[in-house]
Amino acid sequence: MTPGASPALASLLRMLAAQTRSELRVRWRIPAFSVTSLALPALFFTFFGLPFARTTDGDGVNVGAYMLASLGAYGVGSVMVFGFGIGVANERAQRLDVLARATPLPPALALAAKVLVALLFALVSLLLLIGYGIVAGGIRQPLAVWIAVVARLLAGSLPFIALGFWIGYAVGPHAAPAVANFVYLPLAFASGLFLPIGQLPGFVQRLAPYLPTYHLGQLAWSAVGARAEPVLVSLAWLAGYTAVFLALAVRAYARDQHRKFG
Amino acid sequence: MSAVVELRAASKRYGRVEALRGVSLAIHPGEVVAMLGPNGAGKTTSINLMVGLRRATSGQARLFGLDPADRRARSRCGVMLQESGVPGMLTVREVVDLFRSYYGAPLPAARALGLAGLADRAPVRVARLSGGERQRLYLALAVCGNPEVLFLDEPTVGMDVAARRACLDAIGTLAREGKTVVLTTHYLEEADQVASRIVVIDHGVIVADAAPGAIKARVPSKRVRFRSAGALDASAFTGLPVERLELSGGEVRFLSSAPEAVLRELFGRGVPIEDLEVAGAALEEAFLSLTGDSAAP
Repeated sequence: MTPGASPALASLLRMLAAQTRSELRVRWRIPAFSVTSLALPALFFTFFGLPFARTTDGDGVNVGAYMLASLGAYGVGSVMVFGFGIGVANERAQRLDVLARATPLPPALALAAKVLVALLFALVSLLLLIGYGIVAGGIRQPLAVWIAVVARLLAGSLPFIALGFWIGYAVGPHAAPAVANFVYLPLAFASGLFLPIGQLPGFVQRLAPYLPTYHLGQLAWSAVGARAEPVLVSLAWLAGYTAVFLALAVRAYARDQHRKFG
Repeated sequence: MSAVVELRAASKRYGRVEALRGVSLAIHPGEVVAMLGPNGAGKTTSINLMVGLRRATSGQARLFGLDPADRRARSRCGVMLQESGVPGMLTVREVVDLFRSYYGAPLPAARALGLAGLADRAPVRVARLSGGERQRLYLALAVCGNPEVLFLDEPTVGMDVAARRACLDAIGTLAREGKTVVLTTHYLEEADQVASRIVVIDHGVIVADAAPGAIKARVPSKRVRFRSAGALDASAFTGLPVERLELSGGEVRFLSSAPEAVLRELFGRGVPIEDLEVAGAALEEAFLSLTGDSAAP
C-alpha cells in the first residue's frame, strides 16, 4: 500500500465488544474485586437486614426491603468507587494506558468499555443481593419495585464513577485502596446505608443530607415505599455531585496525561 | 517517493530539558532504520513523536502524511514501547486477539504469535511470562495488526541470546515483506544486522545518518589488544593512526583503521607484544567516535 492510500479501519462496535470482553475477564479474574463487589452486599445483609427481614416499621414499610435498598445502594457505589479508584490507579502504575494509546483504539471507547463492565458488575451484585433477600429472608415486593430499585441505583451510580476516576487518577496504586475505603465507608455509614439514620449520632444525622450516598439511598428507599425526598431532588443532588467529582477527575486526568503524553 | 514517517524540525522540551533539538528525518517505504544513541540521546522521544504519543514543542511529526494521532495513521502502524504494559490477568492469546480487534485487516493470531516465537505460550497468563517472553508478546502485539510500519523501541531488551536472534530474524522477515521498520537499540551489532540505514542521535540532534557500511568506514574499524612486558607509555604510539589508546598495567588497547600498519611499526620499534588480539570493532566504536563520548570504555 502506498502512503496516503486509505487504510482498513476496524469497526468501532467490534472494538468496543472486544474491549468490553477483556475488561470483563480482567475484573472477573481479580477475586479481590469480583468477590468483594458481588458477595459483600449480601454478606452485610446477613448482619444488618436478615434479623429484621419480616418486620415492618412505623410507616408500614418492610424493613427487609428497606435494608435491601440500603445495601444495594452501598454495593453499587462500592463497585464504582473501588472498581475505578483502585483499577485506574493500578492501570496507571502498570502503564497499561500507554501502549493502548499508541493503537487505533479511541480512548473514549476504552472508557466506555470500563463503564459498561462496571454497570454489569453493579447489576449482578444487585440481582444477587435481591435474590438472596427473597430466598433467605422471604422478602416479597412487586417485580416493578425491584426493577425500580435496580434502575434507579444504576442511574444514580454516575457520581460514584466520577469519584472513582478522581481517586484513580489522583493517587497511586498503593494508596488507592486506603483512600477509597477512607472516603467511601464513612460516606456509606453516615448516610444510613448500614444502620438507619435515626440511630446515628446527632451531628451525623445533620450532616447526612449533604452526602452523595444519602441521596443514592433516598432513590432506593422511595422505590420500596419508604418516606423519602422527591426523586427529582435526589437526582438533582446526584447530578451536582457528578459535576463536582467529574471536574476533579478531569483535572487529575489532565495532569496525568500531561505527564505521560505532554 | 513520499515519506512514511517524517520529523520536520522537531524539538521537544520537558521542562528545562531539551530532549530533541530541531530534528528532521524522512523515512521511506521499506526502509529499516536503526536509531542509535546513548541513554537520554532522544531516541525514545523521537519514536514517541513519530507515533503521536507526545507532541513536538516546535516543528512537527507526520505519519503517512497525517497527524500521527489520527486513527487512520495509527491503523497502519504497530508499536512496541519500552515502558508499557498489558493486563497480566489475560492470556497471551487473549491480549493478541484484543489488539487484533483494533485493526481493520489484522494478521491471524497464530501468525503473529509464530513470528514472535510465542506459539506455545498462547494459553499462558501474561503475568506468568518471563521478561524476555513479555518482550516477545509486545512484538506480537506490534505486528498483529499487519501494519505497514513498525516502531520498535529497544525491542530486544531483556531477551536472552536465542530470543534476541529470533527477534532479529522476525524483524528481517518483516523487512523482506516490505514493512518499514524504525527501531532503537543499544545493541549496536543488532543495528548492523538488521538495518539498511543507521541514524545516530546524541544530545537531541542527529550526528550521523547513513548505511551501516558508510558509518563503519568513517571510524576506526578494528579493535587491537595485547599485553606488553616492557613499561610502555603513550609516546611509543606517536604518529600512528590509533584512537582511544588505553594503557593499564601492561595491557594495551586501542582502535585503528589500519591495525596492520600500526603493528608493523610497533614491532619495528621493538615493542614486546604478547597475547595479541585484533577484532572487528562494530558499531559500538563507530557510535562512540561519532558522538565523541570520550568517557565511555
